Amino acid sequence: MALPVADRSTAKTPSTFGFIFKKAALSALVALALFSLMIGIRTEAGPSGQLIYWTRFGDLAAIVAAVFVGSILVELLRQWLGPAGTRTIVPPRITEGLSVASRFLAPALLVFALLVPVIFYNQRYLLDLGILVLTYVMLGWGLNVVVGLAGLLDLGYVAFYAVGAYSYALLAQYGLPLPLLSTAYPFITVEHLQLGPWAFWVLLPVSGLLAALWGVLLGFPVLRLRGDYLAIVTLAFGEIIRLVILNWQDLTGGPNGISGIPRPTLFGIPLNPGPNGLAGMLGIPFSPTHRLVFLFYLILALALLTNWVAIRLRRLPIGRAWEAMREDEVACRALGINITTTKLSAFATGAMFGGFAGAFFATRQGFISPESFTFQESALVLAIVVLGGMGSQLGVALAALTMIGGFELFRGLEQYRMLVFGGVMVLLMIWRPRGLVGHRAPSVFLHRERTTISSDMVKEGRG
Amino acid sequence: MSVSPDILTVEHLSMRFGGIVAVNDLSFAAKRREITALIGPNGAGKTTVFNCITGFYRPSGGSMRLVHDDGATFQLERLHDYRISKVAKVARTFQNIRLFPGMTALENLMVAQHATLMRASGFSLLGLLGVPSFREAEARAIDVARQWLDRIGLVDRADDAAGNLPYGDQRRLEIARAMCSGPALLCLDEPAAGLNATESGALSDLLLAIRNDFGTSILLIEHDMSVVMEISDHIVVLDHGVKISDGEPRAVRDDPKVVAAYLGADEDTAIEVMESGT
Repeated sequence: MALPVADRSTAKTPSTFGFIFKKAALSALVALALFSLMIGIRTEAGPSGQLIYWTRFGDLAAIVAAVFVGSILVELLRQWLGPAGTRTIVPPRITEGLSVASRFLAPALLVFALLVPVIFYNQRYLLDLGILVLTYVMLGWGLNVVVGLAGLLDLGYVAFYAVGAYSYALLAQYGLPLPLLSTAYPFITVEHLQLGPWAFWVLLPVSGLLAALWGVLLGFPVLRLRGDYLAIVTLAFGEIIRLVILNWQDLTGGPNGISGIPRPTLFGIPLNPGPNGLAGMLGIPFSPTHRLVFLFYLILALALLTNWVAIRLRRLPIGRAWEAMREDEVACRALGINITTTKLSAFATGAMFGGFAGAFFATRQGFISPESFTFQESALVLAIVVLGGMGSQLGVALAALTMIGGFELFRGLEQYRMLVFGGVMVLLMIWRPRGLVGHRAPSVFLHRERTTISSDMVKEGRG
Repeated sequence: MSVSPDILTVEHLSMRFGGIVAVNDLSFAAKRREITALIGPNGAGKTTVFNCITGFYRPSGGSMRLVHDDGATFQLERLHDYRISKVAKVARTFQNIRLFPGMTALENLMVAQHATLMRASGFSLLGLLGVPSFREAEARAIDVARQWLDRIGLVDRADDAAGNLPYGDQRRLEIARAMCSGPALLCLDEPAAGLNATESGALSDLLLAIRNDFGTSILLIEHDMSVVMEISDHIVVLDHGVKISDGEPRAVRDDPKVVAAYLGADEDTAIEVMESGT
């Protein structure tokens, strides 16, 4: 927000009012055309099958008037708030103060996250919500590598989430297959290693690696695609994975899903009421909240790992190559950067974190079915990344908190929840089209200064 | 030891787009540690030749041989796009500047050192752990970048977004970025386009310094005849995809074929353009 503040008087050229009026009139005209039949005339089938209709011109006039006034209001709002950076109504002193405060925002959020199970120990609902938010924070950070850094629009991220979840569920159920050499034909036998209480800790990295493998497999066919085409193919990939899971009944149980997925253990110590459980060993009364607290810290640790790796990668040559690829692929090729491996590594890294999150999801729920991995999940995670500001770690965390937490907050509004949600999204996109945190921090400095690059310069990538 | 005096030898290069022949049976050589200029009227096929040399096009026919100082030889028409820069060490700039606008000047120069840094970071694994050898390699890379920023006078603006720099600075930054990849042959596509007289003077000095201090051979496409005549050691003239003249600047300038072809039939204007280089 601390960007050059354009002189507001220049914006208020004499034509502005006329422009707003014309636009509002046009909107009203469109509304009139649209609603004249939908609202203006009401038709019904009469008792003997004939058509009865009556007019509701009063309602129609009210709607059209509402559109006219609303259009003027929206346009005025746009003039005042403007797209980020052109014009601000907040004085520079306050925005500077805000930017100082935002430096402490991330540590403050982290401390708060660490204290959540302590503060809300008795509120299981809030703990559960916290776990859900953190899962989406992690997914957002994972997808941010692909979309925010590498600029590859991935609409099928949920596929890797599903691969991770099913990898964990299936391998925990059937055991980890280990090929063993033998002397007799066929010389290789497959032993299924049952992992017992260690299942989660062994299979977590395995799930991540399998998801990364699928990330590479998806990456190969889409290497040459850009923008919309890439988005469509990744979307299809997400659906293919879901449909395979849904239809491969023998293996995945199809629509019935997989139940009885082993719960995570505290490094081998189960969190159950028995004498061997954590509570029994510590000699304290068992409470189901223990598991919830453990799951909370587990997903917090996983999310922070994702964050740490993503931040580190961004400052490594590979991260700079991702960003350079987002800015200009042709220039990258001219500088000797292998676009193929760079793209695949971005897909694989993002997919791996999706896989970790999937394994966590499976162990938390104890039951998974294809219903949890629909396109809506991909869209939600992508919305979190875009809303947060592509490439910004803090922005993604804030967006996940707003989207998931806010959605729960408005549960009382019932069916109007979606309306509020949509309205907020529209306002945010008018006010900050580059997301909550739109600027980009350079990955390396010569003069050790805190500079940021305004979002006007940074490209979104064309896939 | 006698390494060929020619760093780049282009033989019978042809490039056809459907029925259009952009470059027809072109042969020329660029000498080691010299500045070779490729000139010609608009649409003569100069940029097409560049795109063939730097691997953006696969030529329809002919061969392009690059010989390093140590005698290592590369057939450019057989190398895949990014390997021409990475292995054969051919760097290029673009007619319309292609910096990474959202990244800082320093970051632009760091991206150019990708191959070196990637190896030092153990393909990201060692870098992720922050091993000291990678930190040293990164410090060295920053140092190389700082030297280049110093040379083009942009040290103070190192942490500014490349897209925010003035046009002339962007041109020079793109050349510095190409040089940061440690090229044996530097291909510049109209580096003086859009520069004023002072800026193109500074550009000439920069290119001469690159040749003299680093021993990098330069292949140059340029319309600004004052720059071409001042710094080129050798000029190749193209017209309609065919070479019409080849030699030292003085000889080329006086070549009646060049004068006649340069601006079509209007010989007076052509002479005027060529004379402006003196």
